[in-house]
Amino acid sequence: MLKTFKKGGVHPPENKLSAGKSIEVLPLPASVFIPVAQHIGAPATPVVNRGDTVKVGQVIAKSSSFVSTNIHSSVSGKVKKVDFQADSSGYPKQGIFIDVAGDEWIEEIDRSEELKKEFDLSGEEVVKKIQDAGIVGLGGATFPTHVKLVPPKGMKADVLLINGVECEPYLTSDHRLMLEKTDEILVGTQLLMKALNVEKAVIGIENNKPDAIQLLTEKSKEYQGISVVALKVKYPQGGEKQLIKAVTGREVPSGGLPIAVGAVVSNVGTAFAVYQAVQKNKPLFERVVTITGKAVENPSNFLVRIGTPTAALVEAAGGLPEDTGKVISGGPMMGRAIASLDVPVTKGTSGILLIKKEESKRTGYIACIRCSRCVSVCPMGLEPYLLMTLSEKQIFDRAEEDKIMDCVECGSCSYTCPSNRPLLDYIRFGKGKVGQIIRSRKK
Amino acid sequence: MSITVIYTVATLSVIGTSAAVILYFVARKFKVYEDPRIDEVEESLPAANCGGCGYAGCRAFAEACVKAKDLNDLNCPVGGNETMAKVADILGLEAVKKDARVAFIRCSGTCEHRPKTNIYDGATTCAIAASVYSGETDCQWGCLGYGDCYDACDFDAIELRADLGVPKIIDDKCVACGACVEACPKDLIELRKKFPKDRKVVVACRNQDKGGVARKACAVACIGCSKCEKECKFDAITIENNLAFIDSDKCKLCRKCVPVCPTNAIIEENFPLRKIKVEEKEECSTAK
Repeated sequence: MLKTFKKGGVHPPENKLSAGKSIEVLPLPASVFIPVAQHIGAPATPVVNRGDTVKVGQVIAKSSSFVSTNIHSSVSGKVKKVDFQADSSGYPKQGIFIDVAGDEWIEEIDRSEELKKEFDLSGEEVVKKIQDAGIVGLGGATFPTHVKLVPPKGMKADVLLINGVECEPYLTSDHRLMLEKTDEILVGTQLLMKALNVEKAVIGIENNKPDAIQLLTEKSKEYQGISVVALKVKYPQGGEKQLIKAVTGREVPSGGLPIAVGAVVSNVGTAFAVYQAVQKNKPLFERVVTITGKAVENPSNFLVRIGTPTAALVEAAGGLPEDTGKVISGGPMMGRAIASLDVPVTKGTSGILLIKKEESKRTGYIACIRCSRCVSVCPMGLEPYLLMTLSEKQIFDRAEEDKIMDCVECGSCSYTCPSNRPLLDYIRFGKGKVGQIIRSRKK
Repeated sequence: MSITVIYTVATLSVIGTSAAVILYFVARKFKVYEDPRIDEVEESLPAANCGGCGYAGCRAFAEACVKAKDLNDLNCPVGGNETMAKVADILGLEAVKKDARVAFIRCSGTCEHRPKTNIYDGATTCAIAASVYSGETDCQWGCLGYGDCYDACDFDAIELRADLGVPKIIDDKCVACGACVEACPKDLIELRKKFPKDRKVVVACRNQDKGGVARKACAVACIGCSKCEKECKFDAITIENNLAFIDSDKCKLCRKCVPVCPTNAIIEENFPLRKIKVEEKEECSTAK
């Protein structure tokens, strides 16, 4: 009997079209736009000016507080300007425009492919290196990794979970990474264990990736304290709280962090980035992005420099199909539609999904028929139909009492609703408002 | 049998009388004095309970009026000066005349001026749409058109215009309660001074982008060129963040700013047609 989380969950069609495609390096774009806010927390402060020459891996924006990260140049060339450009929501965000010239890396980076297993660093030194390299959670939430590795006072982690679940349909970047960079991920996991000072790490992988499970199980025998767990396929198992429940059986209390039950979760992509940062001195300036969709000529996985426009990625996959209705950054469940193809790939972009017109269209919704399907699929045990109504009627105090802040925005409720109601749209709005109210109360 | 009736009547009368006496004393003891003027003031108010005065309904406003020493900071926008004069009369205070106000939606980005560049098909309320993305056009400041203001209006003073894509305020019905101002997530609606015959000269734009960007997104966007500011003799126009603003309290409706605006972002409403000056051209004197 395979492990999984207990409450709720849905089974969307997997559509992992690009699972068999190995990671290719995307050619350098002509110019990049690197936003200074690619993570949760305070935006970084730009430290380069117009006309400066930068090299690959050079810091171009410094982290401004503890919950923030450095941003590094992903290309070499000349800074065109520091200005605003619309992000995926259409609202302008500050960033750095760089015209690409050549591909000159800073000298510190070890560009050899050779695997470097040994390390002789203390936990603090590892955390310092991770912080300097600007590493964030690459699963999509983009929470600065170094913050996670320093637990609040009085709390201690006893297990590290590595998230290789990739429960979002279509996306395959983590899957490919696990197959192609297996040892690097395992060394990265050991580095994270060292940083957290834990003896045990578990890699959770869903059962739809048997090749990755087999490979990692075999190789993990060489590394002390790392084990692999196969999990039953169910969305949203890649959610932090769901993964903890599935692997360890512990339940994160409402409003609490995973550290409250002694667990820290990192993505396999993050583990790989940690390996590169610590062993190869390579900051986070490129990541694996899946470009996929049913009408896409060549769904594939690319190693992309941060700041590359989405258009370049679409071009490399065979161009924009004619009847494209939506371009989604991320997976179909939690990703968001982007308003223009100029939007750059950022640290949190796990995939670009092109959806056909007829599939993308949201039809009108009808009244709630009280079938309670949303309640039964909610992985957090909430009542989405109620939270939607409370948000719609702007009864935010009740919404707070009914734990709207526990919502992980997985979209299972909207996915399952037979009346096609935009449950998550309203809940997300209510969550934002309740969050504002809570923050203003603290002040 | 008759004796039963007598007993019953007698007992009930005794209980009734003693209860009445107790109630009388209890009522005396716990009596709450309420200024009778509160009722009087409340009666003179329009009973719209819109909250436009800033209080939770007409009763709360009446209480505030009775407590207040003067009426400088109190105003019922629905009733206007007439109602406030009545209130002042009841309370024996001096009536303060205030300019009537009317709401105005500062966006003229209709479908024809502001081309759509993408499509949104999520929940159709402005609040949600604005929280997830900037809008269906390249202008992130403009009207989204889902009608949160329309829903907020208790006076049917806003009409949704599917043909324009931007709602319209019906001046005759607007009471300037400010419900729509609160409801608009893009902060487009302003309560402006109401001029005779509902005349108005307004910068109908909130675009704070640089000129080029603004112009590209919308044909009638304010580009912050400050031509109108130079033209205005009454210091009513200020430019801030690439955006002109006409202060309706200083504006004298001279309309001189309207023709100088290169993008027609300043609009005039309810004026008689302008006399078109035909400039007399000097005759060409080359052919002699």
